[in-house]
Amino acid sequence: MKYTDYYAALGVERGASAEDIKKAYRRLAQKYHPDVSKEPDAEAKFKEVAEAYGTLKDPEKRAAYDALGSRPQGEEFRPPPDWSRQHGGNEAYSFDDVDFADLFSRFGGRGGGGFDGGRMEIPGQDFEVPVEISIEDAFQGTTLELNLSLTERDPSGQVRRVPHPVKARIAPGAVDGQRLRLPGKGGKGANGGRDGDLYLDISLKPHRIYRATDHDLYLDLPLTPAEAALGASVEVPTPAGAVNLKIPAGTSSGQKMRLGGRGLPKPRGGAGDLFAVAQIVVPSSLTDRERELYRELGEKAANPRRHLAEGA
Amino acid sequence: MTFETEVIWLDEHRAVTLAELVEVSGLTERELLELVRAGVIPAREAPGAQYTFSARVVTVARTACRLRDDLELDVHGVGVALRLLERVSDLEAEIARLRAQLPHR
Repeated sequence: MKYTDYYAALGVERGASAEDIKKAYRRLAQKYHPDVSKEPDAEAKFKEVAEAYGTLKDPEKRAAYDALGSRPQGEEFRPPPDWSRQHGGNEAYSFDDVDFADLFSRFGGRGGGGFDGGRMEIPGQDFEVPVEISIEDAFQGTTLELNLSLTERDPSGQVRRVPHPVKARIAPGAVDGQRLRLPGKGGKGANGGRDGDLYLDISLKPHRIYRATDHDLYLDLPLTPAEAALGASVEVPTPAGAVNLKIPAGTSSGQKMRLGGRGLPKPRGGAGDLFAVAQIVVPSSLTDRERELYRELGEKAANPRRHLAEGA
Repeated sequence: MTFETEVIWLDEHRAVTLAELVEVSGLTERELLELVRAGVIPAREAPGAQYTFSARVVTVARTACRLRDDLELDVHGVGVALRLLERVSDLEAEIARLRAQLPHR
């Protein structure tokens, strides 16, 4: 396993007082707490800081940590053979598949329930996992296959990481911000405690042509100046397949045309709308004939800026 | 082994009781009622043990519990933080809604 320098994580000296450790933790927690922070890597930073504080705030865990000596951050190491016994652990502790953080989870503190055989009910850990799905998945529904990893404790108090695959069928209609709860799919409870839950926080991946807001979809619909001026029937893609849309004569750029119920399905029936936003596309190069026709049109066109002149 | 599991949608169509909210959030009943009285967690019905909530508030209450534990805040501090987080999230949703309407180019 790799050594983690908990004092460095909190930015304090090895001899820091409990009060200084607490102050350093609070300062960093305010900065990096994933619920309030917009710092890049806030979640990973907060995890480091919380892990460090979780060990250093508890005198028993801190003593066990200090007994490992001071090493460079990230150095590959194994605890000395007598370390576990000296710090109240299980002699048979193997340290295989064990994370550095798990070493200290057996000592002191609340919710230990480790080798000293606490018969207290310990609920399994809850997990919250952000999940990105595509607009196609939101439309059709999807089956998510998540490969999580959990910390599990055996009856002797030994803690290890175990893979935790979860398969969940997501019905159509999950959009940005939808939260789902999978009861009992978190960590295993101990001594009769309930199993933890898994929470999924859904967001939609950006899409090549659609932009989603709730269950509504927007797409840019390029039109030629002639289609916009004269009206036309054009093919528009929707998640359920292409449909023909009648463009009224005299359509301007930015005008929204609503295709009712052609957006994403809602979980309890009904569906959002699809809005096609007109975008008049002017050719970047013209043939001589086209230039002549545009010039002729231009001579007859009303001034679209008259209201600007009136305001002056 | 992997098998498909029950999926509960945390939306306004599902109601949770005060007791359920206590269980899944990690907050105490007293803390939850304090946040309800402060208007931070919206309740649906009559006061006391009769309260029910939209399942949407489950994640709000869980956030409250994390803020309490990780930032060592009292219930009033948690209330202020939740109000601000709600404003941020409303503004972000509004920006996303407006962005969706803007042309790509």
